[in-house]
Amino acid sequence: MIYADNAATTRMSDAALKTLIELSKETYGNASSLYTLGQRAKEVLEKARADVAEAIHAQPREILFTSGGSEADNQAIRSAAALGKAKGKTHIVSSAFEHHAVLHTLAKLEKEGFTVTLLPVHGDGLVRPQEVEEAIREDTCLVTIMYANNEIGTIQPIREIGAICHAKGVLFHTDAVQAIGHIPVDVELDNIDMLSASAHKFHGPKGSGFLYARKGIRLTNLIEGGAQERGRRAGTENVPGLAAMATALSEAEAALEERAVVTAAKRDRLIQGLSEIPHSALNGDAKKRLPSNVNFCFEGIEGESLLLLLDDRGIAASSGSACTSGSLDPSHVLLAIGRVHDVAHGSLRLSISDDITDEEVDYIVRNVREVVEYLRGFSPIWRDLCAGKKEFIL
Amino acid sequence: MALYSDKVMDHFRNPRNVGVIEDANGIGEVGNAKCGDIMKMYLKIENDIIEDVKFETFGCGSAIASSSMATEMIKGKPVSEAMQLTNKAVAEALDGLPDYKMHCSVLAEEAIRSALEDYQKKKEAIDTVGE
Repeated sequence: MIYADNAATTRMSDAALKTLIELSKETYGNASSLYTLGQRAKEVLEKARADVAEAIHAQPREILFTSGGSEADNQAIRSAAALGKAKGKTHIVSSAFEHHAVLHTLAKLEKEGFTVTLLPVHGDGLVRPQEVEEAIREDTCLVTIMYANNEIGTIQPIREIGAICHAKGVLFHTDAVQAIGHIPVDVELDNIDMLSASAHKFHGPKGSGFLYARKGIRLTNLIEGGAQERGRRAGTENVPGLAAMATALSEAEAALEERAVVTAAKRDRLIQGLSEIPHSALNGDAKKRLPSNVNFCFEGIEGESLLLLLDDRGIAASSGSACTSGSLDPSHVLLAIGRVHDVAHGSLRLSISDDITDEEVDYIVRNVREVVEYLRGFSPIWRDLCAGKKEFIL
Repeated sequence: MALYSDKVMDHFRNPRNVGVIEDANGIGEVGNAKCGDIMKMYLKIENDIIEDVKFETFGCGSAIASSSMATEMIKGKPVSEAMQLTNKAVAEALDGLPDYKMHCSVLAEEAIRSALEDYQKKKEAIDTVGE
């Protein structure tokens, strides 16, 4: 099988898995217990915190461990909203193609009286810093813009947006779930106040993540019931999982640049090959995107049937079609970059890892081409397009 | 549990009656691209018997499987019997569909009904001309 869905989740690295297993077996103590086994777990936990902090140029006390990216997003936004509300500031700026962990939290806050401005992301899938600046008002308490998009991989001008927020005295949060461990992220250089990350996106275990919150930002609890995480997140710490996350992150950071170059070359080979399929289009800017991300629309076909047939040929990928989301609407990300419904249903996301070979890339290209041609062969839309009864969009 | 039953996967992977009937005397098309499903049915009816049926579908796995199964269920049948085909029967013949995919079987029923109505309309027109 060729696994090309690394944006959904990744295979754990051998080193991370080793950490997870060994600590689960041997360092199973509760990090809050005072005997040696508990204190050993506490040491491991704090070492993990220090390693994670170092990876993003933060201080250990600025790292709050969570169950993953969604929890971190929820807590970051809820915290900024509570801080804002206390000062009478109830306006939040975000973008139209954020992850639902952000969008759904914002929708809930709107019901609680907050006002939300969702900025457009344009055809290239990029937020414009100037539009962020223009959207910030006197009563803005938070700007939250993702570092890199999960579907189309476009990398946002985070550093510029952060600088604008700081100049205006507004908190800046970024959902960096797709970026951490794949491209350089530095909370100081990038002017980030809060950042969310998830271990299983960078070859760590599922169920582990973290929230970075700059010193002095008071966090609001989502989970009450204990003094863990300095009282900001109750529940016995998942020491093996969090330590395995730190192992995976340190490993990813050490090889980051080298892997990014290798992966981007494979990405570009994939893009080149798939571009040769008639009436197809790459989604999102070709260069300002994650090294791992390829996302295409193919006119005249539907994404789920494409995925099922690729699965039959040993390729694991994903799509933004309605049928894969369980709703009637295709991906909000593809709609946000201006793809019409008809075309958005025929999307394919391939998110690769650095270990993919040229042969595997070529296998994917060949098979996508064959399956697209096959499905077009009995698509009534394709027939109408070819007969000139409908205008081609792509 | 797999997403689909073996029968759905069989009809999706090896759809029966795919294509176009050039001299079809009943054609129906339902659904829309906005929702991600379009089905087109072609019928060749002689002496009120469905002699041949073909389909074209833009849609997900269950849409293609539902089209395929529905064509199998009406092939060789009298028009009156084909008119009775329900989406439930199509879904049952496929050993079930996930709840949120039931609309695919509804589309198959509607596509066939639409093609049969087209046939009847054309037939009435011809009968009228003959008077």
